[in-house]
Amino acid sequence: MQPTILAAATAPAVADSTNAAADAVHSFGRRRRMQLVVALAIFVLAALSPLVVQNAYLRNVIVLTLMYAALSQAWNILGGYCGQISLGHALYFGVGAYVTSKLYVGFNLLPWLGMLGGGLMAAALAVVLGYGCFRLKGHYFSIATIVIAEMGLLIVHNWEWLGGASGIQWPFGEDSWATLQFARDKTPYIHFAVGLLALTWFICWLIEDSRWGYWWRAVKDNPEAAESLGVTVLSSKLAAAAISAFLTAVGGGFYAAFVSYVDPDSVLQFRFSLLIVLPVVLGGIGTLWGPMLGAVILIPLTELSRSYMGGSGSGFDLMIYGGLVMAVALLKPEGLVRLWPVRQGRRKESAP
Amino acid sequence: MTASALMQILASGLLMGLIYGMVAVGLSLIFGLMDVVNFAHGEFMMLAMYATFGCFVFFHIDPVLALPLVAAVMFIFGASVYAGVVRHALRVKVNAGMVQIFATFGLATLIQGAAQFFFTPDYRNIGDNGWLGGKTLELSGLFLPLPQVFGAVVSLVAFGGLYLLMKHSDFGRALEATREDKGAVALVGIDSNRVFALGWGMGAALVGVAGAVLSTFYYIHPQVGAAFGTIAYITVALGGFGSVFGAFAAGIVVGLVEALTAVVLPPAMKSMGIYVLYLAIIFLRPQGLFGRL
Repeated sequence: MQPTILAAATAPAVADSTNAAADAVHSFGRRRRMQLVVALAIFVLAALSPLVVQNAYLRNVIVLTLMYAALSQAWNILGGYCGQISLGHALYFGVGAYVTSKLYVGFNLLPWLGMLGGGLMAAALAVVLGYGCFRLKGHYFSIATIVIAEMGLLIVHNWEWLGGASGIQWPFGEDSWATLQFARDKTPYIHFAVGLLALTWFICWLIEDSRWGYWWRAVKDNPEAAESLGVTVLSSKLAAAAISAFLTAVGGGFYAAFVSYVDPDSVLQFRFSLLIVLPVVLGGIGTLWGPMLGAVILIPLTELSRSYMGGSGSGFDLMIYGGLVMAVALLKPEGLVRLWPVRQGRRKESAP
Repeated sequence: MTASALMQILASGLLMGLIYGMVAVGLSLIFGLMDVVNFAHGEFMMLAMYATFGCFVFFHIDPVLALPLVAAVMFIFGASVYAGVVRHALRVKVNAGMVQIFATFGLATLIQGAAQFFFTPDYRNIGDNGWLGGKTLELSGLFLPLPQVFGAVVSLVAFGGLYLLMKHSDFGRALEATREDKGAVALVGIDSNRVFALGWGMGAALVGVAGAVLSTFYYIHPQVGAAFGTIAYITVALGGFGSVFGAFAAGIVVGLVEALTAVVLPPAMKSMGIYVLYLAIIFLRPQGLFGRL
């Protein structure tokens, strides 16, 4: 008697749970589509912002905000999804900026090619360095990234072919999309930066629901367990590092074109590693919206403090960064995106 | 190069190396105790340098006398950083690995910014105004600057003291036991929080002593800590994470390598040698010379 009762009792429950699973899959798909729509709306608004914002200084701030959002999103691929906290991404940023500048100024190759070349070179560098560093766990890895970035700074500082400490100045030229030089109106830079942000965001969006994305999160949570389930940990990390470095270097190439100038201290310094990491830490590590949210808060704040508190030399901006990072790490480690209330439905669907 | 010139270079490398060793020992102590990296270690040193400078300028206390004072203040500072920041970072459950890194990393940025804001980015130095400044010691043909000799002696004494403390005192045994198994020591009545706080205090005091010594001959500015912090990470990695003795020995190696690099490469590139050494370690021997990984 007992077994039949049990069977009768569990049958509807099973049907229920398959329904729930189908519902969950359905609403997961719907949420993914919503993300695309929201992101598209944000990018269109950002691209149209020059219509409203006429002030050249504010347009500059918009370019930087979009660029740091993109860089931070690129960092997020390695640091957020894969859990490898790099504090030396300035190295890849610098590689992109220098390759682009050298190819353009020295060899007359268009910055577009330079960005591609710089990106590939940074990706290759990331793979080589990653091969050594990824054996190091957690904070050991972070330390290695700091030291290696410092090494890059020192080398470029003393490399005459790359202009040494004085760097490479881009020549004045006609405004053109081919050379990415726009002296009068900065609007095209906003459009390029939106494009870069959209690209990195979309890659992250794809990653979130891809085999790699799941692998990386498994590696982040517990590398040993991931390995035992058949995830090849080292190559997963290397892939994440390569993609992250590529996009960071493209951002570096863009920055060089934007300021028409590159020198070791302005692209390879530790401050850049910091500025790349901060938005994502603030907004939420390993999230789709964290880097954008963090950049929108942080970069205008930085620029304002810079203009009101007298330059970045005063140290006031560093105090803000440091205080914010500490506060978020200790009080809101999920990042500020989690200040938005998680909808009840979403919480249900994530339950097993 | 003559033999005496080489000896001169090795001697100055050795003296600097002993100071690097002392900086690294403070970092290694905390690291070995609780597997947490203090990313603000260099900034602790920078604060100690400013404290020594402040004593000298405002109260006319020579760095030699200010040294114990600075060490005591840094001890309290280190223990407070543990109680105020690190203890909370260890409790966080979400993104725990990232929180541990960014809590002290944020602190480092905050301290550096505050130093720049309040003390200005100007370079300061005590130099020849102090008791030791500008004096040299002649030792069988070698000319050794007195501040560096003083630093090396202080470093040896400090390390000797630490060694005795760790091997022959109840505190040292509690420290060793806590690093082995935090849960088990709670069962025998050792408050791991207290041991951690003392560990942070000692780590900060050691780097404080190093800072006080360095301020007798080194330039003091807000970024000075970052440079020494990087060297300390390299030293600890070379010595082997968690090995206090390894860190001290590695400090000497780093000092010697740096001094020899300056012979081959232009002075601006003198850090290149230790960077290459570091790369060689992480690629070939990630556990370091004396480490247990």
